[in-house]
Amino acid sequence: MKYENSENLTQMTEAAKSIRRHIVNMVTDAKSGHPGGSLSAVEIMTALYFQTMDVDVDNPQKELRDRFVLSKGHATPVLYGTLAEKGYFPKEELTTFRKINTLLQGHPDMKEIPGVDMSSGSLGQGLSVANGMALAQKLDNTGKRVYTLLGDGEVQEGQIWEAAMTAAHYKLGNLVAFLDFNGLQIDGDINNVMSPSPLKEKWEAFNWHVQEIDGHCFEEIFDAIEKANKITEKPSIIIAKTVKGKGISFMENNAGWHGSAPSEEQRQQALKELE
Amino acid sequence: MKEMATREAYGNALVELGEKNKDIVVLDADLSKSTKTAGFGERYPDRFFNIGIAEADLVGTAAGLAAAGKIPFASTFAIFATGRAYDQVRNSVCYPRLNVKLAATHAGITVGEDGATHQALEDIALMRAIPNMTVVVPADGIEAKQAIEVAAEYDGPMYIRLGRSKVPVLNEDSYKFELGKGVVLKEGNDVTIIATGIMVGEALKAAKELKADGVDAEVINIHTIKPLDKELLISSATKTKAVVTAEEHNVMGGLGSAVSEVLSQNQATPMEMVGVNDTFGESGTPQSLLEKYGLTADVISDKVRKVIKKK
Repeated sequence: MKYENSENLTQMTEAAKSIRRHIVNMVTDAKSGHPGGSLSAVEIMTALYFQTMDVDVDNPQKELRDRFVLSKGHATPVLYGTLAEKGYFPKEELTTFRKINTLLQGHPDMKEIPGVDMSSGSLGQGLSVANGMALAQKLDNTGKRVYTLLGDGEVQEGQIWEAAMTAAHYKLGNLVAFLDFNGLQIDGDINNVMSPSPLKEKWEAFNWHVQEIDGHCFEEIFDAIEKANKITEKPSIIIAKTVKGKGISFMENNAGWHGSAPSEEQRQQALKELE
Repeated sequence: MKEMATREAYGNALVELGEKNKDIVVLDADLSKSTKTAGFGERYPDRFFNIGIAEADLVGTAAGLAAAGKIPFASTFAIFATGRAYDQVRNSVCYPRLNVKLAATHAGITVGEDGATHQALEDIALMRAIPNMTVVVPADGIEAKQAIEVAAEYDGPMYIRLGRSKVPVLNEDSYKFELGKGVVLKEGNDVTIIATGIMVGEALKAAKELKADGVDAEVINIHTIKPLDKELLISSATKTKAVVTAEEHNVMGGLGSAVSEVLSQNQATPMEMVGVNDTFGESGTPQSLLEKYGLTADVISDKVRKVIKKK
C-alpha cells in the first residue's frame, strides 16, 4: 500500500504536527513532563489512532475494540495529545496536564481518562498487561488486536523479557509492540548506560516477528503494521528508529529533554518550528 | 477433628466456579501442584495460563486479562505474590482497581522447612497498605472455599491469604462468609481475642483454657483484614475493655496493627499482640515453628492475663 502524496498522508502529517504542538504546550504549561520521548513517538501514535486501531471515540469503553497500552507511561504528552486530537476529550483539557485536580495525570490513569486502556508508569509492566489483553481477545475470538509502545531504555527491565517469553509461548499473533528506539535515556546514551543491543536478534531469539523501520516515516510504519497483522502465530515487534525530541531543533538527540520543560521563550521557538 | 488446607479448598472452589462462570481464568507461576490450581488447569486448559517462574509477569498478565473483562485468579506462594510482584500489584492492579484475585498460598511461618526466604510474614502489611486492595485471610477450608466464591463475585482487587498445612475445620457447612464482617465465635465479657487465619483455632483453645481459670473471653474471627469490621471491634472492645490479637504474621503491620488503628481512634483499649515479633523465621516443622515463635493458645492465654491487668 502506498501512502505517499495521498490525502491520507497529508492528514497524518498535519495531525502529527498538531500533536507535537500539544506536547510542547502541555509540558510548558505544566512546567514538567517528558517531551523528548513523546516527540519521538508522534508518528507511531498518529498512525495507530488515525489509521490503524478499531476504536470508537464516542464509546471509548466499547467491549469489542483494539486496545493500546502505553508501556513507557511517562510519554503521556504524546498519548494525551493524540487522544485530544482524535476527539476523546476537549483539547482545552490539555492545559491542565499534571496540575492539581486534573483529569490528565502525569502518567496514564485508565479509570479517569477517556481513551486510556491501561494505567502505566512503572516501567516494564505494559507488555505483560498487553499480553493479558491479547489472551482475553483470543479466548473470546474477538478478532481484535492489542498494540503497545515500549521505550528502548525500558527493555532494561527484566519483566519485559518475561513478557516476551509469555507472548511467544502463547502465540499472541494479535499483539503488536512498537519499540521507540531513540537511543537516549535519562542518564544519557543507552549504549553507555546499559546497552540492550542487539535488539533485533534478542527479540528474534525470543521467537517474535521483528521488523526494523524509520519511526518517523508513515509509509514504513503503515507497511510494518500491515505485515505484523498478517502474522498470526507470533507476536510482532516493530523496532522504530526515532529521534528523541524530534521536530524541535534544540531538543533533538538531547537526553536533557527526557524530562524537562521548555521555558516560555523556548516554547515560542518550538512552536515556530512546528508551523 | 476434620482437617483441610485452605489451599486445597481454593483448588476445589476454582474447579466448581470454572463451570459456573466462564469468565474465570487462572494463572500460575510453575507452582500449580502446590497452589492447587492444577485441577482447574486440567479441567479448563484454555482458561489456565502457566506463566512460568515469572511473578511480575504473572500479575501483569492477570491485570491485562481483567482489563479485558476476565476474572483472573493469579496464584503463587505468598512471599512471591506480595514481595516479588509488589510493584505490579500496586501499579498494574490496585491503582487501576482491576478485577484481579491474588490467591497466595504457603503464607506464614507454617510453610515450615523451606525456612525464612519462603515464609511470608509481612504480606498482610504490604497488601493492606495499598489503596483499593481487599485483604482476606480464611481460617479454615470452609471459609476459604466461600471466600473464593465471594471473590469471584466481588469486582475489584483482592488478596486471599492461604496456607500450606492442613488446619482443623472450625466452621459448619452452613457457615456463611460475608466479606468485611467479623465473626463472633464465642461471646464473653472479660477480654476480646481477635484472631485471623490459623490463629482462630488457637484463640478458641485459649478461650477454653481461660474459662477454666475463670476468665470469660470473647473470640472474634477477623477473616477480612481490609476493610476491617470496625463496628464489631469497637463494640466488643467497649464491652470487654481488653483486647488481644493473634496472627501468623509479623506483629508489625498486620491484624494487630489494623485493630489498634481502629481502637486507638475510636475506643482506646489496652491491647496485647500475638504474632511473630519482627524477626525472620527458620526451618522446622510447622508445629515446632509455631511453638518457637510464640504462636500458640498458651501464649494467647498469657497475653490475656497480662492485658486484663492493664484494664
